[in-house]
Amino acid sequence: MSKVPPKQEGDPNTTGHSWDGIEEFDNPMPRWWLWTFYATIVWGVLYTIAYPAWPLVSSATAGLLGYSTREEVAVEIAAVEEANAGINARLAEAELTEISADADLNSYAVSSGAAVFRTWCAQCHGSGAAGFVGYPNLLDDDWLWGGDIEAIHTTIAHGIRNEDDPDARYSEMPAYGDIFEPEEISQVVHYVMSLSGGEHDAALAEPGAELFADNCAACHGDNGLGNTDLGAPNLADAIWLYGGDEETLTETVTYSRYGVMPPWTNRLSEAEIRAVALYVHQLGGGE
Amino acid sequence: MTDQAPPPSLYAAREPIFPRRVSGSFRNLKWVILAVTLGIYYLVPWIRWDRGPELPNQAVLLDLANRRFYFFWIEIWSHEFYFVAGLLIMAGLGLFLFTSALGRVWCGYACPQTVWTDLFILVERWVEGDRNARLRLHRQAKMDGRKLRLRLTKWVLWLLIAVATGGAWVFYFADAPTLFVDLFTGQAHAVAYITVAILTATTFVFGGFMREQICIYACPWPRIQAAMMDEDTLTVAYREWRGEPRKHSQEAKTQPQGDCIDCMACVNVCPMGIDIRDGQQLECITCALCIDACDDVMERIGKPRGLIDYIALSDEERERAGAEPRAVWKHVFRPRTLLYTALWSGVGVALLVALFIRAEIEMTVAAVRNPTFVTLSDGSIRNTYDIRLRNKNNDERLFRLSLAGDPALRIQLEGTPYGSVDVPADTSLLQRVYVIAPPGSDPAEAARTDLRFWVEDLTNGDRAYKDSSFNGKGDE
Repeated sequence: MSKVPPKQEGDPNTTGHSWDGIEEFDNPMPRWWLWTFYATIVWGVLYTIAYPAWPLVSSATAGLLGYSTREEVAVEIAAVEEANAGINARLAEAELTEISADADLNSYAVSSGAAVFRTWCAQCHGSGAAGFVGYPNLLDDDWLWGGDIEAIHTTIAHGIRNEDDPDARYSEMPAYGDIFEPEEISQVVHYVMSLSGGEHDAALAEPGAELFADNCAACHGDNGLGNTDLGAPNLADAIWLYGGDEETLTETVTYSRYGVMPPWTNRLSEAEIRAVALYVHQLGGGE
Repeated sequence: MTDQAPPPSLYAAREPIFPRRVSGSFRNLKWVILAVTLGIYYLVPWIRWDRGPELPNQAVLLDLANRRFYFFWIEIWSHEFYFVAGLLIMAGLGLFLFTSALGRVWCGYACPQTVWTDLFILVERWVEGDRNARLRLHRQAKMDGRKLRLRLTKWVLWLLIAVATGGAWVFYFADAPTLFVDLFTGQAHAVAYITVAILTATTFVFGGFMREQICIYACPWPRIQAAMMDEDTLTVAYREWRGEPRKHSQEAKTQPQGDCIDCMACVNVCPMGIDIRDGQQLECITCALCIDACDDVMERIGKPRGLIDYIALSDEERERAGAEPRAVWKHVFRPRTLLYTALWSGVGVALLVALFIRAEIEMTVAAVRNPTFVTLSDGSIRNTYDIRLRNKNNDERLFRLSLAGDPALRIQLEGTPYGSVDVPADTSLLQRVYVIAPPGSDPAEAARTDLRFWVEDLTNGDRAYKDSSFNGKGDE
């Protein structure tokens, strides 16, 4: 330690600064501190040699150890995938309808399905799965193509309106702008608005009922309850994919709607598709 | 800096210190504290505590993997970490209290750096002899067989202590007997070995070679504590007005000699290598060994004890004027220390009360607001809540969830048609809960409706509640 001799006026061991008679010592630094400082410099130099460090024009020095965070995360992902290989195989082979009864498998499927959903599905359906205009809300109890686990699985696996996939779902609604006169469209629209108990013009809805029975009921049903086999929406409930006001309905009837969804068999494994199907199924609307 | 003097070196090597053995009441107190603190540190992980078949039976265990802290009969979950924060606040206030009353008493008696350095010096003295023998050995330039043997013996003993120190640390984080076997059979986790290695290295280097350098250059406490001392703080000081002019000094030739016989006993025993007679200084950790050394000398030469003593600054002037110092309790009990004591006890009592009124069941409710509500096909409005239920019992419990608030609201649990769920022993369970308002009902039409979730432990009827709100279609 540094022994400080009794301080005197003009002592070389003070900085010469004095505040209210309090003088500041000018003690030497401990030498080990100096060596520690040098050691950190040496460490720093060696580090930049051993690890990626110096930026070059379009890349950076790789470092002698060949370390890369990208490889590290690849190794970690591989390790997780290896660890999950067993349960993924079980998930892919299990009877689809019986997975939810297996607590372990179900909880794995739901949590990994949540991750798949946020990666691949949230772009259209939203991170909370609440959808958007034209993109169905997956939280409610209204399903275009069926809300049981098998129907959801089929929809995810094959998607909607995919030319490449023979199992893809197709809904075919004609554009009635070419078939109906404008006032007929208006009549059908008012009838549809009456189905869900909304405000409508009864004088228009009455002839609309006949037009509906002749043209629309084949898919949407006599009472407008829809048909999940055909992807025909229920028109009598409180849920509208594109909107239930007169203007939007007129547009829908005139031009029709052709929603699409990609097939996921070519991008996700069977275990992942099942996981995300189970996740969607337990969001609150599963049947 | 004057022009004549050559510029002093910017860096100084450590001057080795060879503290002499000393005996006395403060030394004895320090031995007791050393034995108690080290005893606690090394032995506590080995105390067993039966908590039933599913829980660890280690009395003190920081289970990081499962986020549990076990302390005898207390079990703290990670969401109750505020208890630990409270303990840290108490430790801080305690430090304020002790420092304002007794100066750097923490540094001198209880700091691990002091305690382990004391232990290392004990070993050093036992192997190499007391101050003079160690000085001779240090000055002996040639590394002969004897010096090598003594040095190696000392280092090996230090290393054993250091390994035991690092080893004991990891036992607080895992089952001690299992980990002990694992450590020796090479089966323990790499983190355990790395932790042991780091703490072994720091203990060995800090206790054996760095010692006072840590206190002077590395530790921030001396600076902080210096700011907390005042004129009533009792601290180790030299009664210069009684001791000076000391023997052998220039002044002693012309003036009556003071009590100090300049025997250097106080300097020779000092583990920090300072001369307390220079006055209060940053290096002094107030270990009081110089008091023991000086009292011993004063008794032998028939002078009153206390030439070096715990003295408050405010007593200095009284004593210089020939008055008696004020009683110790008058220094210790003053508004500042009483305030610290009150704050310290206040936090302590609050923590104890919080600990004993903790419910055995707990619930947290997080309303899912993405989306804020869902319209169902019949026009009902549904809100979703993530409810975490904690069962702190040693057995599985059936919890029933219910709702209080607008009578139109209906509760429904995800995944079960029933209103209750099983929560396994000592775990928490996340249950999604739906609350549904029928179309046209007040909660469905309003912007917000307050509601209250109740959870009941069906085994013993314990209940707890949490308030939340229901979002309807209405605008704010």
